[in-house]
Amino acid sequence: MPDPTAVAVVAETGSASTAAYAGNTGYTGNVFAAGYFHSYSVVGLLAAVGVLFVAVAFGAGRLLRPVVPTPEKLLTYECGVDPVGEGWAHTQVRYYVYAFLYVIFAVDSIFLFPWATVFADPRYGATTLVEMFVFLGFLAVGLLYAYKKGVLTWT
Amino acid sequence: MNGALDVALRLLVVFAVFLTFPLIIGQTEHKVMAHMQGRLGPMYAGGFHGWAQLVADGVKFAQKEDVVPTGADRRIFQLAPAVALLPYLLVLLAIPIGPGQGAVGQVVDAGIFFVLAVMGVGVLGSLMAGWASANKFSLLGGLRTAAQLLAYELPMLLAAASVAMAAGTVSLPGIVDAFKWWWVPWQIVGALVFFVAGLAELQRPPFDMPVADSEIIFGAYTEYTGLRFALFLLAEYAGIVVLCGLTTVLFLGGWHGPWGADGLGWLWTLLKAAVLAFVVIWLRVTYPRLREDQLQKLSWTLLVPLSLAQIALTGIVKVVIS
Repeated sequence: MPDPTAVAVVAETGSASTAAYAGNTGYTGNVFAAGYFHSYSVVGLLAAVGVLFVAVAFGAGRLLRPVVPTPEKLLTYECGVDPVGEGWAHTQVRYYVYAFLYVIFAVDSIFLFPWATVFADPRYGATTLVEMFVFLGFLAVGLLYAYKKGVLTWT
Repeated sequence: MNGALDVALRLLVVFAVFLTFPLIIGQTEHKVMAHMQGRLGPMYAGGFHGWAQLVADGVKFAQKEDVVPTGADRRIFQLAPAVALLPYLLVLLAIPIGPGQGAVGQVVDAGIFFVLAVMGVGVLGSLMAGWASANKFSLLGGLRTAAQLLAYELPMLLAAASVAMAAGTVSLPGIVDAFKWWWVPWQIVGALVFFVAGLAELQRPPFDMPVADSEIIFGAYTEYTGLRFALFLLAEYAGIVVLCGLTTVLFLGGWHGPWGADGLGWLWTLLKAAVLAFVVIWLRVTYPRLREDQLQKLSWTLLVPLSLAQIALTGIVKVVIS
């Protein structure tokens, strides 16, 4: 016959595997299993409260403020002088290289978080540490390459 | 029924914090900046040292005409302030100020992940505003905002990952629970990187190139008036609250203090966050604005390598001690 307390613990935390992953944070009980959907539904509720707040503010503002449009007032302000040419002007966008760099590095870095929660488990020994240096090495080489290519210096 | 009441109360408190704390920081900024510059700051509104100045500002904003330029992309233009503001409200929900379930809006199990992801959405508001304004300077400002997020999100992410490694969890209360005092020197580089990157994401001086008033008027917010402009300002100060709260929770041990965490732990969190907010204001008065190329260079050639080094240090120390 199984130990009744152990059964109770498993029932409370959803399953043994999630309990192991949650570690010793003290928040295992209601964070996992049912708590997972509960916490995000509260986030959703707060988002609804926020949307309501903005809607009420804009609605009340409509009642409070004057509306006296004139063609001059509705002209794009820019810097105070009447605008010349189109607002969606062509400019040189230097940032696209940074955008590429960001996408590459950020997608890599996302994988750090799940790894970070388990890497110090003694059962892995030094394996995870070596993995980390391989990972950091990739990022560093990528950054060095970008630097060498002159991407990080302003043109 | 009791559960629903509990949730409603929590939402109410988070919402109240969201509406009041940014104003307190704004008023403090008025006063601190004034005194640092040898002025008095607001003294009239409300009587006592101009405490009601921001309330008066709010009343003024609500009464101003809402101008949407004819050339603008109307719907996007009107929606942008809400997109810029609401992410910070959601982030506040997940920041714990004391130990246990009672002192956090809602424990989100993937805390760091959730917080960083949602904070990134706020920049979308500035980008929408910059594009929809149909104004050359706003467009430049919007692009600069986006570029700044791209540059500084990465070091911020890496610094946060370092703390997650140290604590072995991504839950925010879990991280503070695992905190020991010697984490402060251990994670100090990560803390600095996180704080600086956060400042840059909020476009606070000295990282205010996207709204540089002497150069591109007010960047993405040039065409805005009245309430919508006020919401952008509120977003900036709510952002300061969130950044200081997160830095406190991740790097400064949240509710841990020299005399134990019991009872008055939440006071420690608020105190540490308030000191950080003061530093944010202090930096604004002290440093000149960084040029756009200097901004990008600082992130890619200094903050990213530093945060990578911090991860290496965290990994080695953690494996050695466990």
